Amino acid sequence: MTDIALSASRPIELAERRRFLALRKLAAHRSFRIGLLIVVTLVLAAFIGPWLTGIDPTAMRIRNKFKPPSELFLMGTDNYGRDVLTRVLYGGQLSLGIGFFVALLSGAAGTIVGVVAGHFRALDAYLMRVMDALLAFPAILVAIGIGAALGPQATSIVVALSVAYIPRTARVVRASTLVIREMEYIEAARVSGAGNLRIIFKHILPNCLGPLTVQLTFVFAYAILAEAALSFLGIGPPPPAPSWGNIIAEGRDHAVEAWWIMLFPGIAISLAALGMNLLGDGLRDVLDPRLKIES
Amino acid sequence: MLRIVVIRLIQAVPVLLLIAVMAFILMHLIPGDPAVVIAGADAGPAAVERIRHELGLDRPLIEQLASWLYHLGTGDFGRSLVLNQTVISAVAERLPVTLSLAALSLVITLPIGVFLGILAAYFRGSWVDAAVMTLALVGVSVPAFWIGILSVILFSVSLGWFPSAGYAPLLADGPGPWLASLIQPAVILSLFQIGFLARMTRSGMLDVLDQDFIRTARAKGVSEWRTVGRHAFRNTLVGVVTVAGIILSLLIGGSVVIEQVFALPGIGRLVVQAIMARDYPLIQGTMLLFGFAFVVINICVDLIYLWVDPRVRYD
Repeated sequence: MTDIALSASRPIELAERRRFLALRKLAAHRSFRIGLLIVVTLVLAAFIGPWLTGIDPTAMRIRNKFKPPSELFLMGTDNYGRDVLTRVLYGGQLSLGIGFFVALLSGAAGTIVGVVAGHFRALDAYLMRVMDALLAFPAILVAIGIGAALGPQATSIVVALSVAYIPRTARVVRASTLVIREMEYIEAARVSGAGNLRIIFKHILPNCLGPLTVQLTFVFAYAILAEAALSFLGIGPPPPAPSWGNIIAEGRDHAVEAWWIMLFPGIAISLAALGMNLLGDGLRDVLDPRLKIES
Repeated sequence: MLRIVVIRLIQAVPVLLLIAVMAFILMHLIPGDPAVVIAGADAGPAAVERIRHELGLDRPLIEQLASWLYHLGTGDFGRSLVLNQTVISAVAERLPVTLSLAALSLVITLPIGVFLGILAAYFRGSWVDAAVMTLALVGVSVPAFWIGILSVILFSVSLGWFPSAGYAPLLADGPGPWLASLIQPAVILSLFQIGFLARMTRSGMLDVLDQDFIRTARAKGVSEWRTVGRHAFRNTLVGVVTVAGIILSLLIGGSVVIEQVFALPGIGRLVVQAIMARDYPLIQGTMLLFGFAFVVINICVDLIYLWVDPRVRYD
């Protein structure tokens, strides 16, 4: 009796221990810790900061225009006399939000394509050729095309970038699926009568989660950078609501006499992307040891 | 050798065809009517309808696609709706700019990236190593166009070292002005790729440096310079060539935004203008060109493998 109880509890204990170990490894990983600190700080600044300063990011005071950084305006003011610090804080909400939803959407769509291609081998060639063809265009061009089609809105930027990054997530999920579907436990599940859906949701997807999460942190970083580039090209979220990209785009015309307008949102973008990239490096080292680059 | 090139090109045809169709579909997703744009603000509905008919835009989409593909087959890419020239001549006019920029960036990136990568692997854990890893991280975290604008303010406006915008053709203006017009954007594009190349070279070198034949080379008295440069580095070349191919694709994609910053009249600017003006034939033609470039780069990479590594065979 006791023997059976012991052997039954062991796999669960093991899985829990492994999860605990992964968390401990993450907590000890230096670049993961720095990345997490940067990202958490920026998220808090973007979502709590504006509430603390209480200034309207679109309020214009022409008398205050082009004030350089000072004690009163830490990051200076722009051509309408708006406080750049407040705009950068609010801009973080939009820019980080776009990054988050692009990661979510392209992750979901890429997972569907990847699992279907990896699990139902008959569809693989067709799906992956389409992904290859999509990958042949620079991602920014795909995003410009779709962004221009849908019009200048934050949601169309999310859709455009999500489509542009689907091939990346699809490839990662497909590669993991191809490895997992050959495992013995999949055969065991099939023998015991599990259908395709059950196998996909219960066995394949949970095991793809590690590499997928790693990829999505990088997609998050790409998306923040791409939002800025699209804004610069005139297809970003429209003013006056600030995003990091459109603050730079608006500040560009005054870059010579008022460099601070475009300097600070650029630093914010770089920090956010840096934080996500560091997070991703840490996650990769712990969750996906096969892809480890540092040694 | 020639046989391999031909086979690879034939294999690429379906991908290219798919790219062509996707370029077509992608572009017809754009709502808005080029006929309205061409007719101008005060044209009546009859005039718009006439232009639409002339351009064939009133035909079913599938018919337009078939006709476009048919003309592609005969080498006819069509005429731009907005610019008064054929797609081929519009592209041919701007191609040298983008190619010059990509080539110059690659010439800057390759030696520096490879050298830094080897150094980082050899002096593993030293400050060189840390600097390379930091550069790689910065390269994927900082917006290139932002650095571009800052660089224009510093080097062109404040210091006046380089022209801030425009392109000087190599043949008409000579190498001096040509280089001056491209050096700033090329260096900025390179900055973002050097770290990536160095990081990949480093990890390739780390794998090789641990192997027995390196120890043997050292033991038999081969100089350290030769051991690292010849014995170790040659074995990482396949990886370096792969990354160089990826970098060339990235450079071409990156030129879309950087050409905008430096007002360079290249393909990147052309395609952005075409998308904004809903110039279907031009968008389709340039998108196809980007896709084609991607396929050609990949074939070149495969061929260079044969040359740098005699162990590679395609049969």
